[in-house]
Amino acid sequence: MTALIPIEPLRKSVEISVDSRPVSVPEGSTILDACRRADIEVPTLCYLDTLHPVNVCRVCVVEVEGSRVLVPSCSRKVEPGMVVKTDSERVRHSRKMVLEFLASSVDLSTTPEVAEWLADYAADPERYGPPAPPSAAGERDSHGPGHHHAVEPGFRATVAQPVKLDNDLYIRDYGKCILCYKCVEACGKDAQNTFALTVAGRGFDARISTEFAVLLPDSACVYCGNCIGECPTGAWMFKTEFDRRAAGTWDESAQEVTTTICPYCGVGCSLELHVQDNEIVKVTSPLDHSITSGHLCIKGRFGWKFVQNRGPVRQSEGVDRG
Amino acid sequence: MFGAGGGTTSYREVEETDVIFLWGANARENHPIFFHHVLKALHRGAKLFAVDPRRTVSAQWADDWLGLHVGTDIALAHAMARVIIHAGLANEDFIRRATSGYEEYRQEVEQFTLDVAERITGVPAEVIERAALTYARAGRAVICWTLGITEHHNGTDNVFALINLSLLTGHIGRYGSGLSPLRGQNNVQGGGDMGAIPNRLVGFQDWTTDPSVRQRFETAWNTTLKPEYGKNLSEMFEAMDHGEIHAVYAIGENPARSEADQGRAERLIRGLDHLVVQDIFLTQTAELATVVLPASASWCEAEGTVTNSERRVQRVRKALEPPFDARDDMWIIAEIAQRLGYHWGHPTAEETWNELRTLAPIFAGMSYRRLDNEGGLHWPCHDENHPGELFLHSRLWAEPRGGPPAPFHAVKHEMPVEMPDDEYPFQLTTGRRLDSYNTGVQSGGYTSPLRRGESVDMSPEDVARLGFTDGERVRISSRRGSVEAPIRIDRNLRPGLVFMTFHFQDDVRTNLLTIDATDPKSGTAEFKACAVRIDPLGAAVTASIA
Repeated sequence: MTALIPIEPLRKSVEISVDSRPVSVPEGSTILDACRRADIEVPTLCYLDTLHPVNVCRVCVVEVEGSRVLVPSCSRKVEPGMVVKTDSERVRHSRKMVLEFLASSVDLSTTPEVAEWLADYAADPERYGPPAPPSAAGERDSHGPGHHHAVEPGFRATVAQPVKLDNDLYIRDYGKCILCYKCVEACGKDAQNTFALTVAGRGFDARISTEFAVLLPDSACVYCGNCIGECPTGAWMFKTEFDRRAAGTWDESAQEVTTTICPYCGVGCSLELHVQDNEIVKVTSPLDHSITSGHLCIKGRFGWKFVQNRGPVRQSEGVDRG
Repeated sequence: MFGAGGGTTSYREVEETDVIFLWGANARENHPIFFHHVLKALHRGAKLFAVDPRRTVSAQWADDWLGLHVGTDIALAHAMARVIIHAGLANEDFIRRATSGYEEYRQEVEQFTLDVAERITGVPAEVIERAALTYARAGRAVICWTLGITEHHNGTDNVFALINLSLLTGHIGRYGSGLSPLRGQNNVQGGGDMGAIPNRLVGFQDWTTDPSVRQRFETAWNTTLKPEYGKNLSEMFEAMDHGEIHAVYAIGENPARSEADQGRAERLIRGLDHLVVQDIFLTQTAELATVVLPASASWCEAEGTVTNSERRVQRVRKALEPPFDARDDMWIIAEIAQRLGYHWGHPTAEETWNELRTLAPIFAGMSYRRLDNEGGLHWPCHDENHPGELFLHSRLWAEPRGGPPAPFHAVKHEMPVEMPDDEYPFQLTTGRRLDSYNTGVQSGGYTSPLRRGESVDMSPEDVARLGFTDGERVRISSRRGSVEAPIRIDRNLRPGLVFMTFHFQDDVRTNLLTIDATDPKSGTAEFKACAVRIDPLGAAVTASIA
């Protein structure tokens, strides 16, 4: 007796050329999939396997023969016979400009890999002048469309501003935000469906915002932390990590990651416990786990503290059982 | 169900089904990541029906909210069945070849016309009809439930009423169609799997009816098994009451706070000659213990496995050293065995698991290596090459049918044991909130921006009628006890229904109010329904409180 489980329909193979090498991928794959299959590195910031591509960071662009403009490899589907160049002068120049603009206006100090990319593409954010003074707390949140004011000549515009600290679980450091939309997607239809976040404002004033820019505790936020899980730059960060970084005690080289199962409800979410000095310092979930797709709820993400709050067992008063 | 104690359907199938019932289940708050799979289905175009007395955050996603009166689930399910039968949508071919007891069931549901059902349940007739027809006509359909179904004096009958619907329509044993009880704790399914229940050994094997099972275990363990079932939790408390049980060894359980009618539970626990509590905390129960054995946290300070609501066995792993003198549960148990004269040594979690695999065929194929590499496996998994079963009971569709027929149960509708009356005019139902958990010993460890403490949640109509204000502290009393809590206005409650959690036991001992009217089949108490009155603080409580 065989149980009938639908299987994925077989997909035709599509042959393309990437950097003069033939690559074969299933129909419906993206150029990025093809590059990965061919071990060709393509930088990405706004792309994540579990989210729908939004094509905003433009750092993954490649050149496709016959296409007037560069295309985002993360969302452009392969077509038979496509000729792709990932390392042409045009591609390198475009990536350099994207990285340079981002690095000139955003604090990328906690964005993994970006320092290497800046060096690889010879990006020089400093050439736009010294940074203009940071905005005051809440100032950028109040900019309506059409109210943008250019910075003083000779200075470069930045999104620098004070960190938003309004709850015990996570912080928002919008000075590190590259507007990749990942948090908006994770809070929205791609995962949590809470819709507490969106992009407000236009142009250089665009920023991630809660409804009417209220504090997180006054917003629709349910503290699943999936925005932190997806954030590529550390603009969303666990309070535990933020505090340790501030105290100089955050040391990723001393952290071990162990995968286990959440101690709360019976759904069986996979937790990655990041442990430093026998203390849990943050919790993530593997993107490729079919139960969570990397997403957790407030209890799984933050509810672990009880294991570390256990005091020594007191002498029980007990009960006189004479 | 039909001899296997687990949900039939995997989460992946829920994503790909056409109709989902969340019946007595507020998954958006209590099983949030399961609800992500429901949301994927909804975005694909699936229909969601939420059956719940409260218009919960889950119900707010539903195509239809069936806001039934507490404890009228059987009447609702039977009325749906009658609609399906009269519409000619009963799957008669499936019923004939795969089920038994249909005729008696058909006669039982016949009395539940839409008018009768609307009167009993409070759900509009056309909504009942729409739910029934949508379910029956769906290509695939899944019914999920949780404690809103089981925490009743007739919880087992409630479950049967839902199983009946699946048998009536053939929504069982096929990919994307089935029954999914969502487990409330990370290893409630695993506890049953491992035989930590009074009537089955590991792998749901009954040693009292199957001599080969008994022999296999007796040989492996070199012992003689008593051919009788043990007691469930409620029966244990009965036995304490009758003086048959004098000593209790509680592992990871806080019955002094988690039991219904807490006054009685605590009195019986205090009356024991000897109480051993093995826990990761000094719980309120541990405070009463003769001996406390501090244990390591099984999910992050020890190795082992847990089973989730889709029967997926997954590995838990040690990430932390336990504090102070806390020890692994297995180590403690082996040491106690040693003191009792049994020399088991100290096997590793994997060695213990491998012994279990030789005794329980449904886990035989689950080596630690496979569990590690394959992200867990669904039981049954009979050998190393078996991929595990995503869904159960495909045997019912096989030709010829595998195994015995699946029985209909002509269960009777009964109202909750204690209904509101003039003296106690409100119905209290209990549950959880998103950021907290059970008696709060775990979730109390972190600061949640969402947490507002215990409250008695009431409809705006009731609050206005009684002249209370939002946030006002009031006294909530039942025939068993009395507590104080602030009022919270909840627009999602209907007049006459109030809601509390049991997360804040140090402040508000909600289970002083609840009733221990217990389902004799499951041993579960009716936490979901008791009668209370609500008085201003300082008012003389006229009702007598035992």
